[in-house]
Amino acid sequence: MSEAAAHDHHDAQSTGLMRWLTTTNHKDIGTLYLLFSLTMFFIGGSMAMVIRLELFQPGLQFVDPQFYNSMTTMHALIMIFGAVMPAWTGFANWMIPIMIGAPDMALPRLNNWSFWILPFAFLMLLSTLFMPGGAPAGGWTMYPPLVLQTGDAFPYLIFAIHFLGASSIAGAINVIATVFNMRAPGMTLMKLPLFVWTWIITAFLLIASIPVLAGAVTMLLTDKYFGTAFFSAAGGGDPVMFQHIFWFFGHPEVYILILPAFGIVSAIIPTFARKPLFGYSSMVYATGAIAFLSFIVWAHHMFTVGMPLAGELFFMYTTVLIAVPTGVKIFNWVATMWRGSMTFETPMLFALAFVVLFTIGGFSGLMLGVTPVDFQYHDTYFVVAHFHYVLVTGAVFALMAGTYFWLPKWTGHMYNETLGKWHFWLSTISVNVLFFPQHFLGLSGMPRRIPDYAVQFSDFNMVSSIGGFIYGASQILFVVVVVKCIRGGKKATDQVWEGAQGLEWTLPSPPPLHSFTEAPDPSSITGGNR
Amino acid sequence: MSNSELKRANRKTAIKLVLATTTMFFFGYALIPLYDVFCEVTGLNGKTGRLSSQEVSQMAPDESRLVEVEFVASVGADLPWKFYPLVAKISVVPGVETQVDFMVVNNAQYAVTGNAVPSVAPNEAAKYFSKTECFCFTKQSLKAGESRKMPVRFVVDPDIPRGVSLLTLGYTFFEALDTAGLYPPEHTYIN
Amino acid sequence: MNFLKKYASYAFLSFSVFPLSVFADWGLNLPRGVTPFSQEIYDLHMYVLWIMCAIGVVVFGAMFYSILVHRKSRGAKAANWHHSTQVEIVWTVIPFVILIAVAVPATRSLIMMEDVGDADMTIKVTGYQWKWHYDYIGTEVDFFSTIEEKSNSARRRGSNIDPFEVEHYLRDVDNYVVVPTNKKIRFLTTAGDVIHAWWVPALGWKRDAIPGFINESWAFIKEPGVYRGQCAELCGKDHGFMPIVVRAVPEGEYIAWVEQQSQARALASEQKNSRNILARTRTDQ
Repeated sequence: MSEAAAHDHHDAQSTGLMRWLTTTNHKDIGTLYLLFSLTMFFIGGSMAMVIRLELFQPGLQFVDPQFYNSMTTMHALIMIFGAVMPAWTGFANWMIPIMIGAPDMALPRLNNWSFWILPFAFLMLLSTLFMPGGAPAGGWTMYPPLVLQTGDAFPYLIFAIHFLGASSIAGAINVIATVFNMRAPGMTLMKLPLFVWTWIITAFLLIASIPVLAGAVTMLLTDKYFGTAFFSAAGGGDPVMFQHIFWFFGHPEVYILILPAFGIVSAIIPTFARKPLFGYSSMVYATGAIAFLSFIVWAHHMFTVGMPLAGELFFMYTTVLIAVPTGVKIFNWVATMWRGSMTFETPMLFALAFVVLFTIGGFSGLMLGVTPVDFQYHDTYFVVAHFHYVLVTGAVFALMAGTYFWLPKWTGHMYNETLGKWHFWLSTISVNVLFFPQHFLGLSGMPRRIPDYAVQFSDFNMVSSIGGFIYGASQILFVVVVVKCIRGGKKATDQVWEGAQGLEWTLPSPPPLHSFTEAPDPSSITGGNR
Repeated sequence: MSNSELKRANRKTAIKLVLATTTMFFFGYALIPLYDVFCEVTGLNGKTGRLSSQEVSQMAPDESRLVEVEFVASVGADLPWKFYPLVAKISVVPGVETQVDFMVVNNAQYAVTGNAVPSVAPNEAAKYFSKTECFCFTKQSLKAGESRKMPVRFVVDPDIPRGVSLLTLGYTFFEALDTAGLYPPEHTYIN
Repeated sequence: MNFLKKYASYAFLSFSVFPLSVFADWGLNLPRGVTPFSQEIYDLHMYVLWIMCAIGVVVFGAMFYSILVHRKSRGAKAANWHHSTQVEIVWTVIPFVILIAVAVPATRSLIMMEDVGDADMTIKVTGYQWKWHYDYIGTEVDFFSTIEEKSNSARRRGSNIDPFEVEHYLRDVDNYVVVPTNKKIRFLTTAGDVIHAWWVPALGWKRDAIPGFINESWAFIKEPGVYRGQCAELCGKDHGFMPIVVRAVPEGEYIAWVEQQSQARALASEQKNSRNILARTRTDQ
């Protein structure tokens, strides 16, 4: 093991830009991913601000409809592929090797590549904003025939997606190889921390679903430029088939965004409740069940395309069935808190908010899964509210929780708890002001993806926009906390949190460049339920 | 595990996963024929079948009932044609071949080629609906101002479930892909 | 700004004078609609919503109780248990039972929705960028329906027209879809370019309009009235500006309307034909 750890020591010697360009160290690459993700979070966020600004009141004040559509499309692509997915890969890079007692990731050079593809892919995607015909405006779902009306930006969109896909698949391969081959002696599968478990399952979802997306967008490309007619009715194709293929990718993708969040929350709640995680093995099985179900529910995104009754019933039943394993997880978290000895530092606050708000997103998700009612909900702001509850107060809140949780470990300094709490309360209140009214907008009839609306929707849109501006501004506070913490602060102990358990807390804060050059003592491996 | 053993193990895992990735990429393409098979079985997207007259003559007509067939016609946004069925609705005996005519007029002052895409509602009934002759089998070119009567011969399968009493056969004429400037800036609508 | 003034006075009115009607205009919930199906959907929606609320009360109740009581600052000592097969089985089975209680009425509604048979009339709806075309099958009536001109000019950037001053801003069209009440109306949806979706909330459903394919749905409107909706599937630049207006009238009135439309149409096509002949003669020369 010690030999394996000693590879590529040269990267420690390079300095400045070259160090970051050529690094094969999992912590450096993790940091790069996280910083990149933060940047994208702000770029995607500023697009959301444009959207909320335009929707602040009825009438078109700031942007034209085509540009507005570009904003919604790019906001989604950037947030999904640029902010949340790379952030999870960043966490995986930083934490998985030190959680399983490995010296580094299994394939360090691939690791470097998979990161550095990202900035190029996003330069390509963002450059479309300045192209004739504008940035892609057909929605992130890229439904043909509409997406085929995209101007010069079209091939850039397709190739950006290919690169992003390649990057995340490389990341997934690395995670799987690391966990399968490099666990410390004594770290059996059922002792893995849940974050590692959820990431392993995520990695398999990535490998199974992203190539299908790659296939679908390649078909779009050949449809537009090479005379194929996969999706053109006029040529004997079927536009609905794209939706089937897209959502065959798209639904697992939703779980790619949320499963690692389950893992992080399962690490944080036991720590601050000072009590072992309730039902470790049922957590693992529930995650597996969710991942499996995610491949047989895709058509619930397209109930309105007109499916036979049997199809609508099948997809309704499988969809609502997901509530069972998801419910198990939520009950387990609550049971973990029950009769604990809780304290409420910022990571715990974010994790608790995650449990409540993600569950609200789950409720609306279940409602959307009920086919006949979905004929009303579909493509309205009710859907927008639903997926922002699961992705913002779900995935993003878990990212915040994880950052506060491990920031002292990463930097060796405690963050400013007061500022952290301010960030939490501002975010939590404003995000609800932002998204909760959107439920009402959707129910009362406002479709999504429209730049302007009938006047009866004015009030809630104004409220929602105000919430949006505060939420956006609050995130600057997050940057302040992180930067202050990197630059200094109270020294963090190795253990950092009183209730923290797991291999990562046995290392110094910050950990040395090469973590476990010697495999950790098997007796120190207590099992993933802590 | 020694260093070289570990490297070999990692490489092996990576190769397996790359193979899995490649398989899934082609699985995406395989979904297309799979989807077609699925549609054929369930009638999912309302695609209709095609039979020869000979095959139809072997069908045993079910004289005991009538099925109503309704005809609708649409044109694609960039096609300057007027297109309509000459009869709105007829009753047919399942198993008996029937002919109806559609009318198409090219309102443009230039020749245009289009092709017609059929669709049947309800979708579940599509597999019981077959055409023996149709203007949708080939592309149709119309000279400036030309109008043409276009026949369709079809048969409703006697096996059609008793619950289905009304079928709708819809056609949409789109400008043929190879001749079309796919999406011209100014769309022409024909009233 | 005009708008803000209006908003302020409105807020003042609703909050101070009529505190109970605060939410009256805010549109919080699904409409009950005017068809048997929309009523069914509304009931199902409320039923599932209340179940979700009940689960929420139990789960969040337990959670917040724990947060309040089991905290270190109150001297709570952590227990050490982390497993209970019985409890886990119970909370796997209970949600399952609840889901069955949801799935049964949902299945019933869905079967009702998909029963398109025995319709009294058929209207074909075709979506184009960015207007709707309606074809009353078996009659002479067919027409395009586009956003009404006042809304269309007010919605342009820099129009300086206050949307609050425009009646039915973005929800009005030039030609209404007139339909009879108490008749089973079949709607066939399709499109001529990209995918659109035809949605009038009061009818209880939306359905995609897909180029090359026909979808069928139905409505049975009980009450005369004007029901508004709009395109619900992103269809390009002016997706937000293709409203739908359905006017349901008693059968007699509907028949008269069809009559009048057919006559107007015959007249128009006569005039058009003579124009066309003129035009063709000119180009032939």
